[in-house]
Amino acid sequence: MTSGSTGKKAADTALIIRRQSASDRVVALAGNPNVGKSTVFNALTGLSQHTGNWSGKTVTNAQGRCEYQGNGFILVDIPGSYSLMAHSAEEEVARDFLCFGKPDVAVVVCDATCLERNLNLVLQTIEIMPRTVVCVNLMDEAKKKKIRIDLDQLSRQLGVPAVGVCARAEKGLDDLLEQVAACAAQAEAPDPPKVAYPLAVEQALQRMAPAVQLRCGQALPARWLALRILEGDPALLESAGNYLGVPLREDPMLDSLRREALDSLAQAGIPPEKLQDEIVSALVRRAEQISSQVVHCEQGGYHDRDRKIDRILTSRFFGVPLMIALLAGVFWLTIVGANYPSRWLSAGLFWIEERLAEIFAWAGAPDFLCGMLVHGAYRTLAWVVSVMLPPMAIFFPLFTLLEDLGYLPRVAFNLDRYFQACDACGKQSLTMCMGFGCNAAGVVGCRIIDSPRERLIAILTNNFVPCNGRFPMLIAISTMFFAGAFPGPLQSFGSALLLTALILVGVLATFLGSKLLSSTILKGIPSSFTLELPAYRRPQIGKTIFRSVFDRTIFVLGRAAAVAAPAGMLIWLMANVTVGGGTLLSHCAGFLDPFARQLGLDGVILLAFVLGLPANEIVTPIMIMAYLSTGSLIEMESLETMRQLFVANGWTWVTAICVMLFSLMHWPCSTTCLTIHKETQSLKWTAVAFLFPTALGMAACFLVTQIARIWM
Amino acid sequence: MNGIRPLASLQCGQEGRVCDLAVTGSMRRRLQDIGLIVGTKIECVQKSPAGDPTAYLIRGAVIALRKEDAKGVLVFCDGRYPG
Repeated sequence: MTSGSTGKKAADTALIIRRQSASDRVVALAGNPNVGKSTVFNALTGLSQHTGNWSGKTVTNAQGRCEYQGNGFILVDIPGSYSLMAHSAEEEVARDFLCFGKPDVAVVVCDATCLERNLNLVLQTIEIMPRTVVCVNLMDEAKKKKIRIDLDQLSRQLGVPAVGVCARAEKGLDDLLEQVAACAAQAEAPDPPKVAYPLAVEQALQRMAPAVQLRCGQALPARWLALRILEGDPALLESAGNYLGVPLREDPMLDSLRREALDSLAQAGIPPEKLQDEIVSALVRRAEQISSQVVHCEQGGYHDRDRKIDRILTSRFFGVPLMIALLAGVFWLTIVGANYPSRWLSAGLFWIEERLAEIFAWAGAPDFLCGMLVHGAYRTLAWVVSVMLPPMAIFFPLFTLLEDLGYLPRVAFNLDRYFQACDACGKQSLTMCMGFGCNAAGVVGCRIIDSPRERLIAILTNNFVPCNGRFPMLIAISTMFFAGAFPGPLQSFGSALLLTALILVGVLATFLGSKLLSSTILKGIPSSFTLELPAYRRPQIGKTIFRSVFDRTIFVLGRAAAVAAPAGMLIWLMANVTVGGGTLLSHCAGFLDPFARQLGLDGVILLAFVLGLPANEIVTPIMIMAYLSTGSLIEMESLETMRQLFVANGWTWVTAICVMLFSLMHWPCSTTCLTIHKETQSLKWTAVAFLFPTALGMAACFLVTQIARIWM
Repeated sequence: MNGIRPLASLQCGQEGRVCDLAVTGSMRRRLQDIGLIVGTKIECVQKSPAGDPTAYLIRGAVIALRKEDAKGVLVFCDGRYPG
């Protein structure tokens, strides 16, 4: 499989830096995954790039601006990576920006509780960017774990400034900016000490460097470039070659230089296949050496608490049940908590609607205008807001808390074995978690998966996780039709269980789909896998809740305005324009009806899903509008009225199951489809992503319907 | 139990030192990048519910590896249990 066919190249390398003034300096923010890089970025820029306690939160370059003493800085938050030798698409984004994005200064964010491992990237960054500032974050966590970091010594050893910060408490950021400003202002780039490679390698580099500089100019450090030419990584050399305008891999002079150097290295006992080992070992040993002088640990067992928690959360017997219980608990809180605010919102918004209609009547506006704008656009908007907003504003903060705590990598750890059985990657569970928010985000998140094949599987199956727009519909239908089986006070509990079961069906579909794909069109062996289990961190509860309620509100309102309102208008027109004895809507629904019946649905439901392509949020409003002969939504004060409407239109519990199944498994929304196309750079895979879940969903619905028919 | 053996055979709480990496390609570089070179101390800390992958403590960070990959890392154990 070529990188072109799987979109490995899709990562946005062509980042456009948006300077506010010509004197703005560009600062690249690099670091290992999960060191609080995004927190530093947010604290500096005042933006709210989503952060999370697991690798791969930042998959694209985000930028923001900050000022310090009159100097402007454009901060570019690049994806976390362990090394500048890229393994995955997101690491390639990071490396390409650091190496070829011409930042003025690089800031490498490190985790104070795990400095040694972080120093590998620091050393590699300094090799290419002498203007580097090391930002040691999480100083508070280190203090808690009784780890002391000697920053002066670190700075001396590295030959670049080192600043200790605690980004969450916004401590030390001024110092950091001061050092960045000083670093950017220096006329001459500093010359920090180089990592010493084995003697034979050093000799080869000394011979190559002048000739490399002559051929390639000074845009990249000659020593660094010579080392990369020796290593011969094709992807890196191609990027570097494009940047320099020199075909590094085909250039005869460089090639003969390389051959000569490799020969002499081989004679010195370092054959090409061992060269990489020597280079990495030199970096790791240097990091170890620095760390031994800089990090002072008063107490050996500082991991004890985390290990104790892990022994429960990932234990053989309780790991998976606890995971499901947590999910069900989150759903229960969401359902219980969303009930009242939903009612208040809907009462308020529909009161406004009546006033709006009165204003239209008073102004003498034509009926169709009032119908289209008030009963079409506004009513759908109000419906989407009142039904979507409360559950989302409760679910996401809860989920974000779990995320900040560091629980999600444990989910990936618990589930990897099953993904392995499907020849897929355990990190897929992380991208599934992102899919709960938005499938488009989940698809972009798939960049954290190293292998192009496994990444594609994750992209194609991401839609089996119900997103933001589908959740409330699933909650509503399961509550309407099935929670009644539970005695009164336990009903919310029942809906939570049903929803959990439905998510598990989605997870099962993901496994099944992954297995199906990897045994047919995406054959291959599982690739290797490394997953970091970060230290648990206490989430900033207040800040998280505030932030994510705010974010969700904006998101839901934005979607409602951008998609639901225009769609509402369109549906109103379709429901009110009569052609040949029926409305447009009824003609379309009638056309789809025979086919839909085979799937346990009806024409209206299938039409709602088709029209819901731009956004899943509008599927339920369309169904309701179509069922009501008035051609627009009536006031849906309670789920009971809605249920009666559905039952009056022939719904049974089989219909409810099929609608939920189809909602779980059908084509991705248009935004997600566009994102898939952008990520895979292929129409073929976008088509597969559209057809595959649809086929699976239709098969499931058909099966359920046929079985139910025999049984009933 | 002592001597050279694959990392995958370590039980929770056991530790050893890397003496050879018998994996190739990008996984080799990946393991090296997270600090796994000859001589590195590595401790098995946690098995996942299904027994695979397993989490190891490597230079202060906890990293999960699959059994397939851990088989390719040879460690030397002197049989002592830490703690």
